[in-house]
Amino acid sequence: MLDCLNRLLLAAEDLVETSDGALETVQEAAAALGGPERLANVGYLVASVLFILGIKGMTHPRTAVRGNMLGALGMLIAVVVTLIKSGAPQWVWISGMLAGTAGGLFLALKVQMTQMPQLVALFNGFGGIASVLVAGAEVLRLAATPEDEGTAGLFAGLTGLIGAVTFTGSLVAAGKLQELKQFKKPWSFGGQQLANAVMVGIGVLLCISMADGTAWEFFPIVLLSLVLGVLLTSPIGGADMPVVIALLNSYSGLAAAAAGFVINNNVLIIAGSLVGASGLILTSIMCKAMNRSLANVLFAKLEPAADGPSADEVYAGKIKATSPEELAMLLDGVQRVIIIPGYGLAVAQAQHTVRELANLLESRGVTVEYAIHPVAGRMPGHMNVLLAEADVPYDQLKEMDEINPTFSQCDVAIVIGANDVVNPVANTDPTSPIAGMPVLNVGDARTVVVVKRSLSPGFAGIPNPLFAADNCLMMFGDGKKAMVELVAALKEA
Amino acid sequence: MDIITALTIFALAVFVGFEIITKVPPTLHTPLMSGSNAISGITLVGAVLAGGTAWSNILGFLAVLFATLNVIGGFLVTHRMLEMFKKK
Repeated sequence: MLDCLNRLLLAAEDLVETSDGALETVQEAAAALGGPERLANVGYLVASVLFILGIKGMTHPRTAVRGNMLGALGMLIAVVVTLIKSGAPQWVWISGMLAGTAGGLFLALKVQMTQMPQLVALFNGFGGIASVLVAGAEVLRLAATPEDEGTAGLFAGLTGLIGAVTFTGSLVAAGKLQELKQFKKPWSFGGQQLANAVMVGIGVLLCISMADGTAWEFFPIVLLSLVLGVLLTSPIGGADMPVVIALLNSYSGLAAAAAGFVINNNVLIIAGSLVGASGLILTSIMCKAMNRSLANVLFAKLEPAADGPSADEVYAGKIKATSPEELAMLLDGVQRVIIIPGYGLAVAQAQHTVRELANLLESRGVTVEYAIHPVAGRMPGHMNVLLAEADVPYDQLKEMDEINPTFSQCDVAIVIGANDVVNPVANTDPTSPIAGMPVLNVGDARTVVVVKRSLSPGFAGIPNPLFAADNCLMMFGDGKKAMVELVAALKEA
Repeated sequence: MDIITALTIFALAVFVGFEIITKVPPTLHTPLMSGSNAISGITLVGAVLAGGTAWSNILGFLAVLFATLNVIGGFLVTHRMLEMFKKK
């Protein structure tokens, strides 16, 4: 092991020596452009513009691939000019980059699309801790060279605070999304919110006290925030994870921007604030989709509906079950079918079979569309990715506001693995826990078919009167199995 | 660079961010998140610039490691997803 490490170090040193010649050439070129410092700043400007253009490319699926490439190009330029500016390459960077590249490749290529929320959570965490480490290194450097006046102070503290909360918070969120046993249950203790508030208060005070140039506060801030990240995230339930990841996404950007203030670097500030803004927008979209305030998601426990009608009252004698064969007959001669996928569809891995069903219907001249609720998956836009993986064309994926008025012109609406997002109670009963939450008005369709294992409630824990509606048929069973049988029945018919 | 200049840049960048990101359709929100995540790996620049003393070198190494993970993993996984949206 040690031997191996030694050899790695020797190899890195060799690389450093052989690259000295190349470095001189590059530095000469840089000098021609007004020096490496100047070159770096020009590079940062170009990189910032590329980041903005890159995100702008994300405004349409056609241009998104190019947008992502522009972002990556911007990153490459920013890193290259930084390396030139910093002079001789050091083993610190080379070994760090090699290890990071290997890890990044592994994670990005191995991950399944259903696991995307965990991966993004994990990456948020990495971004957070990287910012903390940068601020930490700068604090140490300034402490070792007191004659070097820096502006770290307050912002180093803020970086430590936001970055460390992002790190542990993201790890807990990723654990919950991966459904690891240790994280499965929301966990909290009495007085936790008070403890959190006190910790935030102490953290902010320590940050402020760093403004006069003292440095020791940085380390207690980081320790405190590491604990705080865990305490803030553990009480939050799995259903609220889309909000939490979006918020942590924003934090990771803000931490990078704060680190930019610490080392006085424009490109960190610009890129960080772009990401911070992006995360905040997504957070607010997710909150609206659940009709809850951010404070409510973060701090309130979901109260079980106490005085609502019981499942027996809602369902008794009104549930009509159907079979794949019956549904196949029903689908004969229809014109427009809307499919409403929920996370249950992804869990059952039924995306590809659903796509097969849609192909079959389209070959008979039926119009097929998908109604996507903003919280259909486990993170913003997750369901769209899962369906795109199954080759569903993106122009068939309709947003809630766009498709809701058209349900009345729909012959058959097929709900697969979704519950709360199609519960009409949200519109009709102001006392319900989901009152006011925007839902898909599938009840307006001529016939609704709900594919579901049982009548068990969704995350909100309330019965769904849609299932008992006159125009609703229940097809009980595993989503994938039901779809396979339906496709077979359609082919026979 | 004085603090006011830095704050000016910060404020303007936040506004630019809000303006473009509100135009991203919900279909692309997941790739937007992973892609912007990769961009927040810009701390890699900071990680290279930081350091100098022995202790801060260790922190620098870890910072480079995590930031590179973020950059490489983020851009690549975003590309994987966007390719799925491209094909018809």
